[in-house]
Amino acid sequence: MNAANPEYMSPDCLLRPGNTNCGGCGMSTGLTMLGRALASERYSMVIPACCGIVAAGAFPTTAYNVPVIASTFASSPAVASGVAAVNELNPGKDHRPNHVICWAGDGGTYDIGMATLSAAAERNEDLIYICYDNEIYGNTGGQRSSATPATARTTTTPGGKGETKKEIIQILAAHHIPYAATLSIAHPEDFQAKIQKAIGIKGFRFFLIHAPCPTGWKTEPAESVELVRLAVRSGVFPLYEVFNGVDYRINVEPDGTDPAVYYAKQKRFSGQEINLERVKTSLKRKNRRLRELASLSR
Amino acid sequence: MNMQLVTGNHAAGHSMSLAAEANRNARGSVCGIYPITPQTEIVEFVARYPFSKGKVIPVESEHSAMGVCIGASLNGARSFTASSSNGLAYMTENIVVAAFYRLPIVMAAVNRTLGPPWNIWADQGDSLMFRDFAWIQLYCDTNQDVADTTLLAFRLAEDKRVMLPVMVCMDAFIVSHTSMEIELATQDQVDRFLPDCKVPHRIDPSHPVTVGGMTVPQDTLTHRIELDEAMRQVPAVLEEHRARFKEIFGREVSGALTVYRTEDADRIFIASGTISISLRDIVDEWREKGEKVGMIKVKQFRPFPCEQLVELCRGASRIGVLDRNYSAGTGGIFWQEVKSCMQGQGEQMIQGYLLGVGGGDVVPETIREVVDDLGNRNAVASPIWKGIEQ
Ligand SMILES: Cc1ncc(C[n+]2csc(CCOP(=O)(O)OP(=O)(O)O)c2C)c(N)n1
Ligand code: SF4
Ligand SMILES: [Mg+2]
Repeated sequence: MNAANPEYMSPDCLLRPGNTNCGGCGMSTGLTMLGRALASERYSMVIPACCGIVAAGAFPTTAYNVPVIASTFASSPAVASGVAAVNELNPGKDHRPNHVICWAGDGGTYDIGMATLSAAAERNEDLIYICYDNEIYGNTGGQRSSATPATARTTTTPGGKGETKKEIIQILAAHHIPYAATLSIAHPEDFQAKIQKAIGIKGFRFFLIHAPCPTGWKTEPAESVELVRLAVRSGVFPLYEVFNGVDYRINVEPDGTDPAVYYAKQKRFSGQEINLERVKTSLKRKNRRLRELASLSR
Repeated sequence: MNMQLVTGNHAAGHSMSLAAEANRNARGSVCGIYPITPQTEIVEFVARYPFSKGKVIPVESEHSAMGVCIGASLNGARSFTASSSNGLAYMTENIVVAAFYRLPIVMAAVNRTLGPPWNIWADQGDSLMFRDFAWIQLYCDTNQDVADTTLLAFRLAEDKRVMLPVMVCMDAFIVSHTSMEIELATQDQVDRFLPDCKVPHRIDPSHPVTVGGMTVPQDTLTHRIELDEAMRQVPAVLEEHRARFKEIFGREVSGALTVYRTEDADRIFIASGTISISLRDIVDEWREKGEKVGMIKVKQFRPFPCEQLVELCRGASRIGVLDRNYSAGTGGIFWQEVKSCMQGQGEQMIQGYLLGVGGGDVVPETIREVVDDLGNRNAVASPIWKGIEQ
């Protein structure tokens, strides 16, 4: 059991200084923003195998200043269901909420943990599940996941990935959960507002954070935030939310920025000639569909 | 007395539910459940129990069932589940976590043959897979034994000197589905027997720790040594709680070993589970013929009661170990354990017999053949398979 040293804690500091994450790590920025959004809340986290648990550092210290349970790779929503059930049975005298948050990578979410996640969503467990999506298995050195975008090179798709990324928000929405949304570290106000919205909702809440990973994406650490901003503006990573699986709302409209810049800045896309026209057409289709869904919800 | 005609599954479900309910004034009880023949009735029993402070979560897999128990236990609740065969195999990764996190989870394991090929009959090979992960394992022989051992398991697991999970094992169908008239515990008795569940390392927002982060090998070594120390507490702690059990329930619950007619025996047979019940009658038959035959039933497989066994077998020249399980390429797993205990203890013949492997019925005649064989044998052979049709 690794203990945090309370001396170094400030109330909004979830990930304390001194962790060993790579420079420019989007997951780390995501944790910092999460900590700020939840500064006045009581919560604990369940983190499966991923960079997020390595971030805790080595026993007996920890970079986290909330209780954290390391779960097996596929298990975070199951373990969190157990934690949340005990919280529900023990509301405490003050009845102050005691949130349970899963913090998992795309591998733990889209791949090995899919069944566990789907089941917890279907049971509408009272959890906040956050997937920081670096589109790769970062911890094991950069292998493909089903969140890796087409054409990206990884150590297991050396010639570039042939398949298209899964649409996880829509998979979760199809579980009729009360709330699902995307987050970007380039949009901290939107990030904060949606986390705060979610803590006022009961039941299963799902977030997807676009988490730049300079190590896996072969990008400049200093450009991480800029990259995901480009992803939002060009419609590669739209910022939107879904209520009860049906009501869609777009939070930040893409502004027509050419996705070419987003691709050009990342060496993981340099292996193959990218058919930009195809990329643009598919992005247009995806974002048109989103707008249609959002207009139906009004 | 609360005598009722119930199956082994019902006995396990009843004791687990009463144990869960007994924690209502503390942090309550939570369990994850998933069905598999032949344990399904246990989790069904638990699912319909009207707990005053408990939650049963019907999950999508055994892996998650144990995941829920881990989360609940780390948050201070009493936690338990049940599984069998391939369900246990599927749960493996989290079974390891439960013990390595020192969580006092109780699991009923209904011993069923591992597939493929698919077969639902009794074989202990499923739970014996977990002999090396710091789970205490208790093998029961009757419905009464299941009911009582389950209660004892909670007391043992949650004892702060131990803080380890316990598997309560029973033979598929022969125990799980067969009805016997047994004495069932009452809530009042269980309330007196089980103190509130306290998990000392449960998560606490006012003292944030990370449970299960990375360690260097030296710290992991320390962790393993601590597991070993906890395991070594089990025999004495179990005896203490057996004594308390007798005070409250007015009956004995069997301990690590049950010894029968071994005093002057030159041949001792060792068995576990339901085979040991039939064996007892056969021992009587041989005694009536004037032969010095005795037996030992092993209930506590982990930690294995080596020293006691060595002591009890000292006077016997021949030892026969009957196993309803098989470790491919070697022999029965209880036989392996007995052999390693007896190493350097003299010239005893220790013969292994494999009975009912793959779920076959073990009839008295087969056991008689085994008893005969050990008496007539000139030299030890590799483990002898019984039940092969000629
Ligand atoms: C059952 C199991 N299989 C494989 C692993 C090895 N492993 C640890 S982390 C990881 C990849 C994690 O990827 P992701 O969830 O995307 O998180 P990231 O490392 O990118 O932060 C793998 C394959 C494991 N810990 N457990
Ligand atoms: S590998 Fe990627 S996700 Fe992991 S710590 Fe480094 S930058 Fe962050
Ligand atoms: Mg990843």
